[in-house]
Amino acid sequence: MSFINFSSREINCKIVYYGPGLCGKTTNLQQIYGKTAADRKGKLISLATETERTLFFDFLPLSLGDIKGFNVRFHLYTVPGQVFYAASRKLILKGVDGIVFTADSQMERMDANMESLDDMRLNLAAQGYNPENIPMTVQYNKRDLPGAAPLVEMNRLLNPGGLTWYQAVATDGVGVFETLKDIVRKVLAEVRNSY
Amino acid sequence: MPFADFVLYEDEYGKVEAEIGNLCREARITTAAVIDKNGQIIAVAGETGRMDATSLASLAAGDVAAANGMAALIGETEFSVFFHEGQRDCIYMSLLAGRFILIAIFDKKVTSLGMVRLKANKATETLAAVLTAASSKSEAGHDTGGEALFAGITTEDIDRLFGQA
Repeated sequence: MSFINFSSREINCKIVYYGPGLCGKTTNLQQIYGKTAADRKGKLISLATETERTLFFDFLPLSLGDIKGFNVRFHLYTVPGQVFYAASRKLILKGVDGIVFTADSQMERMDANMESLDDMRLNLAAQGYNPENIPMTVQYNKRDLPGAAPLVEMNRLLNPGGLTWYQAVATDGVGVFETLKDIVRKVLAEVRNSY
Repeated sequence: MPFADFVLYEDEYGKVEAEIGNLCREARITTAAVIDKNGQIIAVAGETGRMDATSLASLAAGDVAAANGMAALIGETEFSVFFHEGQRDCIYMSLLAGRFILIAIFDKKVTSLGMVRLKANKATETLAAVLTAASSKSEAGHDTGGEALFAGITTEDIDRLFGQA
């Protein structure tokens, strides 16, 4: 649900990074935070456990600049990936404008990726969304690991609809901004079509 | 169904800002804000300099969402009032017109929870009326003078955003 404030001339949109535990959602936000100019970002808030696993969500507000006299602001969230935080994941999808599905490229995590994708679709439906109508970009993270699954296989299992996808090594920043740029473009295309 | 996109025009924004400004003065609140349940700030009044309002709005929305997740588990429809007490400052929150949240931050040496709640309840009636009207206006269509407001956004405009970031 984008929010347009005519008084402050702002467009606000919400992007959620979704995916299984330890796939690199928080790392994406940390890289974006680290490489964005200070005047374009707010604080990176992480509600995490003592072992730095996401407990509720991470949050990073970005201000990307002006379009048509409106300041374009994006709020980036991650969900907690661990299976037992299902209730929290559902809450964070409220009001979402776009999703980055972050998949772990390790072969042994493929079941977890597929489980997370199913969980995301169910949670979107529970919030009243048609998962097919939400702008979405797929990111295949951890491409540098020796056990990385072939991309053809990952696309077959995780991206049958042929969404745009990016390879990433989020710990090194590879593919992080390309993914963000793609989802921002898709969300703004929706805004353009709606107004 | 999820909430539709929300558009806030200057008229309604001015009314919301004026009402929460009154609330700050009458209840001697440090800062008052109206946000939506998704964590977007609608308006802020009072002292804002020492506070990161964007982060506060995101966390408050998460707090309310988590509490109402618990409400559902115990068979309640929702909780409508929330209160956090610190050593000096406190946060009072209440639901507003179904999709918004009123936040009041106050120093307990300056005012009391009872006073804040009393004045917040009064403000809630006015704010709910304004925000309900704003929601209806937003859902009815976007008054952009007959022009598609963002139709002219080009791929280059979007690419430029990242050039600036």
